[in-house]
Amino acid sequence: MLSYLIRRILYVLPVAFGVSVICFMLVQIAPGDPLTAIMPVDATAEEQAAMRAAYGLDKPLPVQYAIWIGNIVQGDMGKSIATGRPVAGEVLVAVNNSLLLAFSASVIAFPIGLFLGFLAGYFRDTLCDKAVTAIAIAGVSVPNYWLGIVLVIIFSVTLGWLPSMGAGPGGSQDWHWDWLHMRHLILPAVTLAVVPIGIVARTVRALVGDIFSMDFVQALYAKGMTRFDVLRHVMRNAAATALSVMGLQLGYLLGGSILIETVFNWPGSGFLLSNAIFQRDLPLLQGTILVLALFFVFANLIVDVLQAAIDPRIKRT
Amino acid sequence: MAATDLGKFSATPVTPGYWSGVFARLSRDPIAMLCLLILLALILSAMFAPYIGLADPYKGSMIKRLAAIGTPGYPLGSDEQGRDMLARLIYGGRLTLFIGLVPVVLAFFIGTALGILAGYLGGWVNTIIMRTVDVFFAFPSVLLAIAISGALGAGIVNSLVSLTIVFIPPITRVAESVTSGVRALDYIDAARASGGKTVTIIRVHVVGNVLGPIFVYATSLTSVCMILAAGLSFLGIGVSPPEPEWGLMLNTLRSAIYVNPWVAALPGLMVFITSLCLNLLSDGLRSAMNVKA
Repeated sequence: MLSYLIRRILYVLPVAFGVSVICFMLVQIAPGDPLTAIMPVDATAEEQAAMRAAYGLDKPLPVQYAIWIGNIVQGDMGKSIATGRPVAGEVLVAVNNSLLLAFSASVIAFPIGLFLGFLAGYFRDTLCDKAVTAIAIAGVSVPNYWLGIVLVIIFSVTLGWLPSMGAGPGGSQDWHWDWLHMRHLILPAVTLAVVPIGIVARTVRALVGDIFSMDFVQALYAKGMTRFDVLRHVMRNAAATALSVMGLQLGYLLGGSILIETVFNWPGSGFLLSNAIFQRDLPLLQGTILVLALFFVFANLIVDVLQAAIDPRIKRT
Repeated sequence: MAATDLGKFSATPVTPGYWSGVFARLSRDPIAMLCLLILLALILSAMFAPYIGLADPYKGSMIKRLAAIGTPGYPLGSDEQGRDMLARLIYGGRLTLFIGLVPVVLAFFIGTALGILAGYLGGWVNTIIMRTVDVFFAFPSVLLAIAISGALGAGIVNSLVSLTIVFIPPITRVAESVTSGVRALDYIDAARASGGKTVTIIRVHVVGNVLGPIFVYATSLTSVCMILAAGLSFLGIGVSPPEPEWGLMLNTLRSAIYVNPWVAALPGLMVFITSLCLNLLSDGLRSAMNVKA
């Protein structure tokens, strides 16, 4: 186990390095000079050169990267061009809000997805299986930003039950676990949960169906085990794969909530990201994406380790 | 009898090819056929939009803004600038379908090529290609598409570029794993032992055997690509106004949900229908080609 753990962590390092290189390159592929956003229009060539030197933009790319990554390791992600505030602080607050949304969506999605998938896999080729498959297909096909708008039309505009925007009353930014704030969470979390419900249900259905057709299940029945006890064995076999799918989905929820956060004006990382894009605030864009991607890498690492912990077959490969 | 005449009496029985079998099985799948019909209708109406007697999708009318569905002259209502929704939805299919399908096609060719190279050659070629792919896998696809599009700026070409980059890594990964599976088979060894060159072996023996599964996998990505393409425009980093495009229309109509909510929801419904049909058709193709997920 320990050697697997070490190998897996060592494997993450080059990936994290690659991720940081891609985030660094984002600013390089952006058209236009990054200085034009902050320099006055009538700046002389000398002033521009001085500014360039001050930001280290006159150095070769690898050196610029080394300076950039060195600062990030020390927690300095630069300053936002639009607000002048440190990027790290803004990203932290926003990612916190996104995590809240992603976890809430998982709490809704995973139990429902697991239950539906199990039901369909157990009652293969019945009406129940067909219904679940239809739900799952609809779930993975729906553009969730549109679903969010439809839910707002139904529950906010028509029925007036739930608020359609923000994370608290009066555009409040501080989260509290009370009904006034939580009712703001319901619509975005449900919207975000639909796609993972479809994916988890689909995967678990196929998984459970495959396991039920394995020889050892026949053997268990043959030795006189009850259906319920057989089900326990099947669940144990399915657990590792189901877990990895759910872990991956949690990561996707964090990175994929951008569109949903825009629909609901949720003050999370996606909201920050779209602001950064429209104000051409490249340091903010870079910092947000780096943090989200590293979160995703980290989530994958934890899933892999947990998977190995519950399924001894994985360590050998 | 002359030797040339003998050719007419070939002893080989005429067996239907692999693809005709696939199409025969697919045509017996009612759901897949229905989806294929809907998709064809969408594509054809988008292609021939100027010739089927639609209203001008760019011509607005200040007094006829946000007409309800069924208003005379506006079968599907009108948008926030009084433009005919039916015309805009059909014209909108042009850009959305284009940006939603082309990246997967491009990524299919590039990813397949990279994957076959990595899977067949192995060694350091494999290491370089697959470790690069791993890095791109560290980004959720939505995040990567938005990051690249956001950095490049709005525009159709930039959307195509960013979505193509998003779909190359997953296709490469599948192509590599299928190819290394085929690479281990005996007939490849036989071909190499009989002196076949690498290029020839890949062209003759590998490509035909790996293309099926990769193709099925690529079709399963089209629905995600469609949703992402419309999503980029919805965020304002894809197609620019006043072009009709489903995601962009959904965005500009958001302010209308208090006036005429169901008209505002129509462009998203188009994305949903298209992506649903793409998914169901891909599932049908998967079982018709007997490819395991």
